[in-house]
Amino acid sequence: MAVRKKEFRVLSTTAILGYGFPEKSFRAGLARKPDLIGADAGSSDPGPYYLGAGKSFTNRSGVKRDLRFMLTEGVRRGIPVVIGTAGGSGARPHVDWCEEIIREIAREEKLTFKMGIIYADIPKPRVKHFLRKGKIVPLAFVPPLTEEILDESINIVAQMGVEPIQKALAAGCQVVLAGRCYDPAVFAALPIMQGFDEGLALHMGKILECAAIAATPGSGADCAFGTLREDSFILEALNPVRKFTPESTAAHTLYEKTDPYHLPGPGGALDLTACTFTALPGGRVEVRGSRNVATPVYCVKLEGVRRTGFRTVSVAGTRDPIMIKEINGILEAVTHQVHDILKAEKIDGRVQFHVYGKDGVMGPLEPEKKIRGHELGIVIEAVGATPEAADSLCSITRSTLLHYGYPGRISTAGNLAFPFSPSDVRMGEIFEFSVYHLMPVTGRELFPLKIVTV
Amino acid sequence: MKRSILSVAKVIRSKNSGPYELTLDIMFKNRAGYELFKRKNIITKNKIAALYHCRIKDILKVVYFEPAKALKITIKRPIPSGHPGETDIYGAQQHAPLLSITF
Repeated sequence: MAVRKKEFRVLSTTAILGYGFPEKSFRAGLARKPDLIGADAGSSDPGPYYLGAGKSFTNRSGVKRDLRFMLTEGVRRGIPVVIGTAGGSGARPHVDWCEEIIREIAREEKLTFKMGIIYADIPKPRVKHFLRKGKIVPLAFVPPLTEEILDESINIVAQMGVEPIQKALAAGCQVVLAGRCYDPAVFAALPIMQGFDEGLALHMGKILECAAIAATPGSGADCAFGTLREDSFILEALNPVRKFTPESTAAHTLYEKTDPYHLPGPGGALDLTACTFTALPGGRVEVRGSRNVATPVYCVKLEGVRRTGFRTVSVAGTRDPIMIKEINGILEAVTHQVHDILKAEKIDGRVQFHVYGKDGVMGPLEPEKKIRGHELGIVIEAVGATPEAADSLCSITRSTLLHYGYPGRISTAGNLAFPFSPSDVRMGEIFEFSVYHLMPVTGRELFPLKIVTV
Repeated sequence: MKRSILSVAKVIRSKNSGPYELTLDIMFKNRAGYELFKRKNIITKNKIAALYHCRIKDILKVVYFEPAKALKITIKRPIPSGHPGETDIYGAQQHAPLLSITF
């Protein structure tokens, strides 16, 4: 292990690679002489499509712009650059996509460096092996995994912890491009390797992965700086318009988490019950007391999706007060009619209505049953096994609803206003989450490292 | 005379906590408001179940978080994020029923 330094300094450039950052903030971060430049590049928040389709939810030119700054300065100054959850979802096609952008920048900027690429794809036989032993555990509210679901699933990835990144850094990689990754690991791997406290390093990483979102005013498109010490860490914004306050920092600990005191990750959980947040001059915050508690069995979180089918939608509205009053019964009757047609025509699919002005936003959680508006927006969502089946289903539903003769109807020319021609839009293939489970890690390494010279 | 939660809360928001959970945050303006809600147990699982038309067993956690003067409630998403028929991929617009809380 290297000689222990007193501080470890981290520049987090942006909340998600591609969201951008002001060059001035980035330069202010460089002036503070970071030991690491990092960015989290992903999230499961934009939904299952991106993992399934192997596409990034971030924009290519945005990602390239952010990476250009990070790579040119990181390589020139010999500061390690770590990217986690490449391409937004961190499966093989996402990592390849990001690698291609990195190589493009290296050519354009005439950079050469050693890069460690870590893949997070988990072979199905591996998962099946543990499934048969009853060792695959669903997270809260997730149905148990079955072999059938597993067989249908694609792009199964696991969130890696700090260890695979440490391996790449120990091998002397200037740049580490990681597939699906526990967000804090991007920032915590190197300091933990150098002997800094795991709990503090991971908690600092947990905040830095969102960069300036945890500052006030928060921003997903600005840098943040963290300084890890022996028994605390300090956060600061790099833009004079923002600062970190104990409140903004503590509030961020709530963000997108189930329980702010206990934050589970690969192989352990952060325990923040003894955590304190103290204001320091200059808009900085010092955090103490974060602990990492190892779990008896080292588990990783698996994520995978399966193809649901193909979706076609149609957007319409109604302004008829009689129809609005009868809307529940009308949609029910139309659904029945459509299902009868589907059965007769042997089309496989299902249809749903998103009714804005009723419960289009909250669906089954909507407590307000009374419709108060004078118009309703209706989105017909048709899902079929093929694009053609989805089109047919959407078309049958649209025309049935358009001409449905509901009780008390006096507007007999048509029930819907369509803003567009064509009225129906193909949305392409769609996916749903199918794997969201814990799997134990034993023996063989899960995350293969490939070292390349760029 | 009943008071609105808006008189003591400065942030009321909702968001996914993974694709299967929805998490609701209430951040209080000051410690007094936070302590009052905590002491009087104003937000219970029963109240959340009534506000969201969900079952008690679909409420995973109700946690008071001292450092942020905040209360966090995590419930089951009726439909996982991105499944057919789902309405709010990010879960960012599921907070409104909390605005009607009075005490």
